[in-house]
Amino acid sequence: MSLFKRNPDPMGPLDYSRRLSLRITVAVTLFFLYAPIIGLIAFSFNDSRRNVVWRGFTTDYYVKLFNNDALMLAFANSLTIAVFTTIFSTVLGALTAYVLWRYRFPGKAIYEGGMALPIVIPEICMGVAMMVFFARIGWPSGMMWPFNLSAITIAHIAFSFPFAAIVIRARLESFNPELAECARDLGASEFQVFRDVVVPHMKPGLIAGALLAFTLSLDDFVITFFTSGPDTVTFPVKIYSMVRFSVTPEVNAASTVLILLTLVVTAFALRMQNRNNMLGSAAH
Amino acid sequence: MSEAAKNPSAGEPIIRIENVSKIFGGTVKAVDNVNLEVARGEFFALLGPSGCGKTTLLRMLAGFEVPTHGRVIIDGQDMSKVAPNKRPINMVFQSYAVFPHMSVEQNVAYGLKMDRRPAKEIRERVAEALDLVKLGSLGKRMPDEMSGGQRQRVALARALVKRPSVLLLDEPLSALDAKLREAMQLELVRLQKTVGITFVIVTHDQSEALSMANRIAVMNAGTVQQVAPPATLYEAPANRFVADFIGKINMIEGDAVAAGEGEVKVTAPAIGEVTLAGNATGKVALAVRPEKIFVDEKEPTDPKLIKVKGKVGEVAYFGSYSNVFFDIGTGAPLQADISNVSSDIEEFTFKAGEEYWVYWRKADTLVLGD
Repeated sequence: MSLFKRNPDPMGPLDYSRRLSLRITVAVTLFFLYAPIIGLIAFSFNDSRRNVVWRGFTTDYYVKLFNNDALMLAFANSLTIAVFTTIFSTVLGALTAYVLWRYRFPGKAIYEGGMALPIVIPEICMGVAMMVFFARIGWPSGMMWPFNLSAITIAHIAFSFPFAAIVIRARLESFNPELAECARDLGASEFQVFRDVVVPHMKPGLIAGALLAFTLSLDDFVITFFTSGPDTVTFPVKIYSMVRFSVTPEVNAASTVLILLTLVVTAFALRMQNRNNMLGSAAH
Repeated sequence: MSEAAKNPSAGEPIIRIENVSKIFGGTVKAVDNVNLEVARGEFFALLGPSGCGKTTLLRMLAGFEVPTHGRVIIDGQDMSKVAPNKRPINMVFQSYAVFPHMSVEQNVAYGLKMDRRPAKEIRERVAEALDLVKLGSLGKRMPDEMSGGQRQRVALARALVKRPSVLLLDEPLSALDAKLREAMQLELVRLQKTVGITFVIVTHDQSEALSMANRIAVMNAGTVQQVAPPATLYEAPANRFVADFIGKINMIEGDAVAAGEGEVKVTAPAIGEVTLAGNATGKVALAVRPEKIFVDEKEPTDPKLIKVKGKVGEVAYFGSYSNVFFDIGTGAPLQADISNVSSDIEEFTFKAGEEYWVYWRKADTLVLGD
């Protein structure tokens, strides 16, 4: 007869999910992460102008949202900027990553550091710098849509492509150089090696980099704020100006649409990546 | 003769390496003035310890490195500075380098596509190449669904389908487990006989080189130590390095002076004075392979033998033979591989401290200089 009662199922050293302290930490984290977002989405259906107390369910504010021409234009502006930023950032990022990975040249370290600078520079500084820069060189304003967005797009590309480059560079690190040599040995030119062997390997990095650039561009406020004019308002900037008047459920509805859009794009990108993998294994 | 008549260059070596050196970063001599010839249809091995320059030499044949000095002549043409994609040579890489995003067929077809062969020809040659490496039914598979051995076959088919004049193999068996490695050795020899293409293999594994190659170049510190068929390398190594690198060998240090045509008189501790066939003089090593040593309780009388008294030290039992170390008073123990030719355990059990006469034939003794 043992003096102590044995727990029939004692907690193992790695059974973290059964520790109370950890359970609380996880619960609190999830609460502060998702409660505001869920609240935001819920109150976009609130039938009240003041948006403080729940008055009943309505989709009126979504109708209002889609009839708000200024907001719709801002939305179209944001999407256009994001699409161009994504394309240019991914291409630039991929080329930068490839050059840094493939070649050794004098000043490489400086180039690498200089390229990553936009990541560490405070956004506010970058925004001011961009504003002064475009004013100083006299970048033409008041062009027709979508060319009036060029200044914002250039600013967005400047700060997003280093993120894409870093993601793609990380992916390249796992590349087996013998693959490239082998393709060369089989008769491929340098370009064919890049197209047939290196790019397919980079693909997950390209998708991740593109996704990053897209979301960075879509929700950027600070840099956009400094580079946008009265007729080039983007979605985040428009929401900000709306909030200054009053926080109506319309703002909630607009934010919900933005969240939804980001989720859809992410899901699409992930699906594309998975389908690539599945295509690979389903080929036989 | 008729073969030579049809192809006037058939007598020419397919590869000629002339005074080739490769210096990295201005100081590191990876390959140091190497001269080699590989004959058409030969299975040639570059053998040496890691860092001996064999891989650099192979990469110069493939075109991934340009020689600092000297020329690489392939099939009668100077290829020293020709890009890898323009050479009549293909390579099987150490990691196999099978393209992971392409099916087996696409992998094998890649080289032919780069050559812009017609689609029909590509299909036929790919099927033929896959049959050759016994992967005929797996053409639609992706590389990640295949074993290491199968991936290697893909790499082989992909290189052979281009019908190169030389196939280079960089440590092709090092990533396979022991059993598969043995099977693949036989397979490679069979394949080479079937296709008749010159194979040049790089390996650090002597048993691989000895069992597969027609001729072997042993390399050390960037230089070629000896080029010879496997049996010659083993039985008549050119110097201490080759003798020591290939198989096990006993070396007894001694001094040699010339004693007539092709003979030297060697003085060594524990043995005394003995006249042997050889050319090296000065500080030499008397070398003898462990399996050529015999052991007896009685003193042998035959004058054709070299004999010493030895005390049994370490004994390692290997089933078919025992590896016995004898202390002969020279500091370095003499090892002998004694075949266990009787099933009487007592008869072939060596106990530490027992004294025996250890002897071998003078004809089996090598006199090696540096």
